[in-house]
Amino acid sequence: MWIKSGLVPLLVSYVIALVLMVMPIPALFEPWRPDWVALVVLYWLIAIPHRVGFGTVLIIGLLTDILMGTTFGIYATALVVMAYPAIRHFQRIRNYSLTQQLLVVGVLILIKRVLVYQLEHLLNDAVFNWPYLYPVLSSAVIWPWVFLILRRYRRRHLIR
Amino acid sequence: MKSLFEHGPSLRTRLLLALTVAGSLMFLDHRLQTMQPVRSFLSTAIAPVQYLAVLPEEVMDRLVYLATTRSALREDNQQLRDELLELQMAVQRLNFLENENARLRQLLDSEVRAASRRMVAEVVAVATDPFSHQVVINKGYANGVYEGQPVLDNRGIVGQIMSVGRSTARVLLISDQSHGISLRAERNDIRVIAQGVGDLNRLELSFIPHSTKLQEGDVLVSSGLGEVFPEGYPVAQIASIDRDERLQYARVVAVPFAQLDRIRTLLLLWPADATETPVFDDEVSDVD
Repeated sequence: MWIKSGLVPLLVSYVIALVLMVMPIPALFEPWRPDWVALVVLYWLIAIPHRVGFGTVLIIGLLTDILMGTTFGIYATALVVMAYPAIRHFQRIRNYSLTQQLLVVGVLILIKRVLVYQLEHLLNDAVFNWPYLYPVLSSAVIWPWVFLILRRYRRRHLIR
Repeated sequence: MKSLFEHGPSLRTRLLLALTVAGSLMFLDHRLQTMQPVRSFLSTAIAPVQYLAVLPEEVMDRLVYLATTRSALREDNQQLRDELLELQMAVQRLNFLENENARLRQLLDSEVRAASRRMVAEVVAVATDPFSHQVVINKGYANGVYEGQPVLDNRGIVGQIMSVGRSTARVLLISDQSHGISLRAERNDIRVIAQGVGDLNRLELSFIPHSTKLQEGDVLVSSGLGEVFPEGYPVAQIASIDRDERLQYARVVAVPFAQLDRIRTLLLLWPADATETPVFDDEVSDVD
């Protein structure tokens, strides 16, 4: 039986993250929109690393590229690079307190966004502006809630 | 948790594999530009996500609409009627002037300007990446939308179509960092190029000499050069001119007329010489 338990809820969580990423919100909050896709992917990488790996991350990254209209592979590369430390050290990160996890998540998302900027700069001559890094803060701040909500979600829907 | 020990290829091998795949896709897309069909197919496939994203807003609009009272609607109706009357009078005058202009142009043996065709489109998603200012609209090649098509709103030019799916298309806004548009000052016909800087409320004019005759408050309209945007549509107004002699050129900042941060309804334009033609969905507009 190749459909493992909780496949549908897992996919639903990805779709929700993608929807949140492109949902129109008031212009005031726009620069502070948390990096939902990165947060959700990080949670699953830490929670069920035997199931969610580079393949999933790559596909989510390519879907992000399509939704954002960027050159194919920019978000995919950034997400894969961000995923590596998470998969490598998932057992350690799991045992951190939420505050420590928050810092780790902040650093990982910083890496991801800096990489996206570098690639955009190389390929499309993007110019750096500070508001691009605001989501690092907002994502780190919101991580404990994302973690707790997704943990409850995982337990309720038996995603193992 | 299955096993403490890994099976299969090592983590680093898998990382390299994933990076190779992503890197080669990037190469294919950026250097060889061969991914357009794939991109078109995938954006059609992922369109439901974009429709889901605007669903809450649509439900809210619906609720607000249902909650409006009869008297408010009546007031609204009256106001719209008045506005319509005023616009119709203006159009009469415009028709007369247009005919006269065409006749005068014929007398001078120059080309008569043909009318362009329009279609209304709704924004269904925004790309929030500050390095690419784009919105997605709910019309695609099924409606005759084509790449490089000009997009307007009721105030001015918004951008151009950059890729087309079946029922959605992507609009590159004039504020995008990679977008430049050729403009002309309405007051004295000085030609300028306005470059997006990645800020929705700012365009920068490039290569303006310090001795320029441009002034703050000058209105810039599209010049029709570059063959993407039709001539004469308002685009931006000059907000500030910094004639710092230490810099090579004057720094001129313009503010777009179109409110790029809150666009909802857009207008697609088919210039008279376009080979594509608009295909209208024969739907009744949903105001029940």
